[in-house]
Amino acid sequence: MIAVTQVNKTFLLGDQPVHALNNVELNIQAGEYLSIMGPSGSGKSTLLNMLGLLDVPDDGEYWLQENGSEITKASLVDTVPMDEEDRARFRRDHIGFVFQSYHLIPRLTAAENIELPLVLAGVPPKEREKRLAPIIKRLGLEERAGHLPNQLSGGQRQRVAIGRAIIMRPKLLLADEPTGNLDSHSGAEVVELLEELNADGITLIVVTHDADLGARAKRKIRMVDGKIVLDQLTADSHTVTEAG
Amino acid sequence: MRWQDQWQFNLRVLLRQRFRTLMQLIAMSIGVFAVVLLTGLGEGGRQFVMAEFSVLGKDTLLVIPGRKETSGGMPPLTGGTRDITLQDAQSLARLRNVEGIAALVVGKAEVSYGGRNRESLVMGANADFFSIRNLQVQQGQMLPDMPLDQARPICVIGPTLKRELFSAQPALGQWLKITGSRCQVIGILADSGTGLGFDMNSSLIMPVASSMQLFNTQGLYRIMVDVRSVSSMTQLARQIEQVMQQRHEGQLDITVITPASVLSAFDDILAVITLAIAGIGGISLFVAGILIMNMTLISISQRTAEIGLLKALGASSREVRLLFVSEALMLCLAGAILGITCAELLLWLVSMQFNDLLFIAPWWASILALLVALGCGFIFSWLPANKAASLPPVEALR
Repeated sequence: MIAVTQVNKTFLLGDQPVHALNNVELNIQAGEYLSIMGPSGSGKSTLLNMLGLLDVPDDGEYWLQENGSEITKASLVDTVPMDEEDRARFRRDHIGFVFQSYHLIPRLTAAENIELPLVLAGVPPKEREKRLAPIIKRLGLEERAGHLPNQLSGGQRQRVAIGRAIIMRPKLLLADEPTGNLDSHSGAEVVELLEELNADGITLIVVTHDADLGARAKRKIRMVDGKIVLDQLTADSHTVTEAG
Repeated sequence: MRWQDQWQFNLRVLLRQRFRTLMQLIAMSIGVFAVVLLTGLGEGGRQFVMAEFSVLGKDTLLVIPGRKETSGGMPPLTGGTRDITLQDAQSLARLRNVEGIAALVVGKAEVSYGGRNRESLVMGANADFFSIRNLQVQQGQMLPDMPLDQARPICVIGPTLKRELFSAQPALGQWLKITGSRCQVIGILADSGTGLGFDMNSSLIMPVASSMQLFNTQGLYRIMVDVRSVSSMTQLARQIEQVMQQRHEGQLDITVITPASVLSAFDDILAVITLAIAGIGGISLFVAGILIMNMTLISISQRTAEIGLLKALGASSREVRLLFVSEALMLCLAGAILGITCAELLLWLVSMQFNDLLFIAPWWASILALLVALGCGFIFSWLPANKAASLPPVEALR
């Protein structure tokens, strides 16, 4: 579903160029559960943002499958030449994001935050309600749907953010340190929820510092200095690729 | 995004952050308020000055002693080479096209009744003066129609003077003392305000011959000439000059003032006042614009992360711009309407306090203020919203 070839990205940090992505090659099948780990500045967030079309690589190719189409090479779309408006539409229809700091809109209630992508997509209110109810139920937020984010606990806020990420029924869910601001109990709940969604078929990619969380993923990727140094499938417990 | 949803999204921004909205609303309405209020006050002042100088009716000429050779500037109001006499006035009254004339003498004298006395404006006039100046009496009668050179000890007093001398007691038929001579009150003027600097309410009017005895003078202060038809005004003015020149041994030593020439003499003043109002309006518009600019800039810059989020969730740059610009415009419109309403209300209250002055904001001030508010709101929400919307979402989210 995802094919990344020869992707590079360089930042200027002060006047020092930083090679955040260095000839990255990555293929991901639909329904996979990946964790991306590595030290700070290794480029793992940059990779995630690029996979989520929040950022554009300097060069290379990034092929992404559109929802609903067959998984063939022909159904993939090269996202690098897209303009920002196309990328925005692609994000809206195909990709869900979960951020470390939730990024909820403080003046909107939990339900309104979850509903926001549908509103932006111009879905009529009746249809929105139909989609909203089962998700709120699944997140266990029935009691809290009318509350503002600052009236919710961290775990509840992250569940609202996950609800918002999946309401458009994307095939790809990207999570950047989803448990980074949570205590271990609510962190575990959030991870469980994400894994349930993966079990339902969504492709889940998690960037984390947390070794325990990273170890739960079926496929573990380790990055150092913008390069993928380890790509390991746990289920078969043998190394697929060893780069570097 | 459907427009209903967009409307609701904006309303939530404005209503659920009431404090922020209120502060912005106040800042914006103060700007607009200042524009409308200041120009309203300025315009009221201008109207007042205009009214002062247009007291002279459209069909009235003034003949004053003295002559200023250079054109432009104000003709001299006092002094002169040779007096205008009562005989001059009588000969002017005989001219064709003259409806009537008012021969005036003006001075100050101490007027007393019983134990009270007042330094008061004393005007010598005749019966026509009342009709030319459109003066009414509330009690008694005006000066009777009688020959100009006949003196009689009678007078008509203004309502303020009456109150000061008599309080609530009846004044009609009472005798006043005026520096040595006496006169009987035969009428009391109705409230008529001021005109050309004379407060008729606190003045005393007596027959012109009596006043000439009182002030021991042969010369008139001025003659007001009521013209039968306005079209012959300039012709009559020239005729008056000829008559006066003949009577004054070939020397043209009087000035004839037409209503047009009075107004044109004050054109400079009025132009300065109008310019000052425009300046006041311009400065307050500028201040209002800066206020609105800052409020909008701050409000949007604070929400860069929200713009990043909306983009991450799939809003296009166009939608983001539309959301933030329409929000700013809604706020500006509400602020401008609030400001205009408050200013009009205050102007109305001030006008109620001073019955002579009418403060009305010129229509262009309200419209300009509204346009500047909306324009500033548009530009200064579009710029930062556009900047944030064109950032890669990952940078806006940071």
